[in-house]
Amino acid sequence: MSLVVERLDLYYGDAQALSEVSLEVGARRIVAIVGANGAGKSSLIRTIAGIEKPRSGSIRFKGQDITGLESYRICDLGIGQVAEGRQVFPSMSVQENLEMGAMIPRARAKARATMSRVYELFPRLAERRGQAAGTLSGGEQQMLAIGRCLMGQPELIMFDEPSLGLAPALVQEVFRTIRLLHEAGHTVVLVEQNVAVSLKLADDAYVLENGRIVMSGRGEELLHDDRVRQAYLGL
Amino acid sequence: MSGPRRAAPGGRARVLLGLLLALLMLLPFVVNPYLLSVLTLILYLAYVGQAWNVMMGFAGQLSLGHSLYVGLGAYVSAALFVHYGVPPALGFLAAILVALVFGAAIGFLAFRFGVSGVYFALLTIAFAEFTRIGFDHFDWVGGSGGFFLKVAQRDYNDLVNLRGSPEMFYYLLLAMTAGCFLLCHRLMQSRIGFYWLAIREDQEAAQAVGIDVFRYKMLAVMLSAALASLAGVFTAFFNNNLFPFQIFGIEKSIEIILGPIIGGLGTLFGPILGAFVLTVLAEGLRGTMEALGVVLPGVKQVFYGICLLFVIMFLPHGIWPSLRRRLGLDSDGRR
Repeated sequence: MSLVVERLDLYYGDAQALSEVSLEVGARRIVAIVGANGAGKSSLIRTIAGIEKPRSGSIRFKGQDITGLESYRICDLGIGQVAEGRQVFPSMSVQENLEMGAMIPRARAKARATMSRVYELFPRLAERRGQAAGTLSGGEQQMLAIGRCLMGQPELIMFDEPSLGLAPALVQEVFRTIRLLHEAGHTVVLVEQNVAVSLKLADDAYVLENGRIVMSGRGEELLHDDRVRQAYLGL
Repeated sequence: MSGPRRAAPGGRARVLLGLLLALLMLLPFVVNPYLLSVLTLILYLAYVGQAWNVMMGFAGQLSLGHSLYVGLGAYVSAALFVHYGVPPALGFLAAILVALVFGAAIGFLAFRFGVSGVYFALLTIAFAEFTRIGFDHFDWVGGSGGFFLKVAQRDYNDLVNLRGSPEMFYYLLLAMTAGCFLLCHRLMQSRIGFYWLAIREDQEAAQAVGIDVFRYKMLAVMLSAALASLAGVFTAFFNNNLFPFQIFGIEKSIEIILGPIIGGLGTLFGPILGAFVLTVLAEGLRGTMEALGVVLPGVKQVFYGICLLFVIMFLPHGIWPSLRRRLGLDSDGRR
């Protein structure tokens, strides 16, 4: 197992955001976490990333307990995240944004090689390497966010709503990229509102409702499950 | 790879800076005492503005209570001098230490417990105000009645004890301002400068790429506090009197931040330009009103307000970024 989450409880003040969430992410698998707005998907990602501190429960990555570690340590252990809303550094150039992704110790030595790889993956970024990131289009910013994450040499990449606000053609491209990264050996955790697409892509999937896991199984299975079809696919 | 690097300022910028420094070094030989006092005030505001700029301009943490560090630096060095005869050449180390402790306390409280934005700014005001009230009742340093240094006229300049002519103080301040400028220049080009920029632009994203946000925010606050405390040491020995309501007052904190905001937040030259523009205009206004025989209390504050309004409306990034573009010094993007 790459990532094992056990009975995770997260509170914002008195409000419970996650309740006894347990999940397993096998190495080199794509695991989708689906659910409605406010179900706790982003909270889960942020807790795994070390940005939120859980009240109880445990998170283990490759056998090591990482519960409550600071986010920069978790990054350096090989868990990367592409956060919701394409968080790039707007006044930095494309190249500088990528360089920022390789500041953690595990990534520094390989930064140059990884950057060529990122530019190969996203030729559009190479064309715009000197341009301020804030002036890129939404799709380009999403590519930059993914590229910057790759610069950190992550084994596990968590995507939080990568298709949010993108045109359909770009959504296809983002999912194609995720598949490519998976084929290149990355483990992927994918949080999406776009349930149909992410279940098709995923090996395994979990359904989150009101901060609880209410269903889990193979992606294909859930895709054909009547309850999922009614609740999330409107069928 | 050691991370992103900005190009060093171009040759043209270097030449202009060198000329400016030479001009500032020569000016005391030609100006009268009044103009020298105005120049000293400009340099003082440029220096503290730069110190504040480290925290807000570079790392994006708004302090509205920077008079705290100035006041602490002033009182610590003055008290050591008056009570124990410790010369400010040593006392400044204690001043820095105390400012660091306060900066660390504020930073720790705020950043550990997720206080940010407006609430962080309020916290900095609260600390400055509490300290002011504390010093009002701190009889060892004179309480609200003020704390005074003996004004000894000397026919020679004593840098160790900071006793001497206005020229000596001017040159000391010039050296401090130049040193601070160089330090900030180095910082902006270093890895740390990029971490700060990342935190300022998007703290969440900075976390996501694995920057130890807490650590670098603490560093910004503590460095800014230490630099500001040195301005306090200068003030104490230059003015020879300290009153809590004056030195810790919110007016002082506002005065500190006006220069960098008007000159250009987060730029190297902004605080210097802002201090110059504000002081020259304010002194000009004062002179004009004196000549006309008009007495209007508080006119300086109103004037500051108008300047601020003007800049926010027409030059939201400050004067320097647009001036820089016109001078063709813009090789360096936003800086």
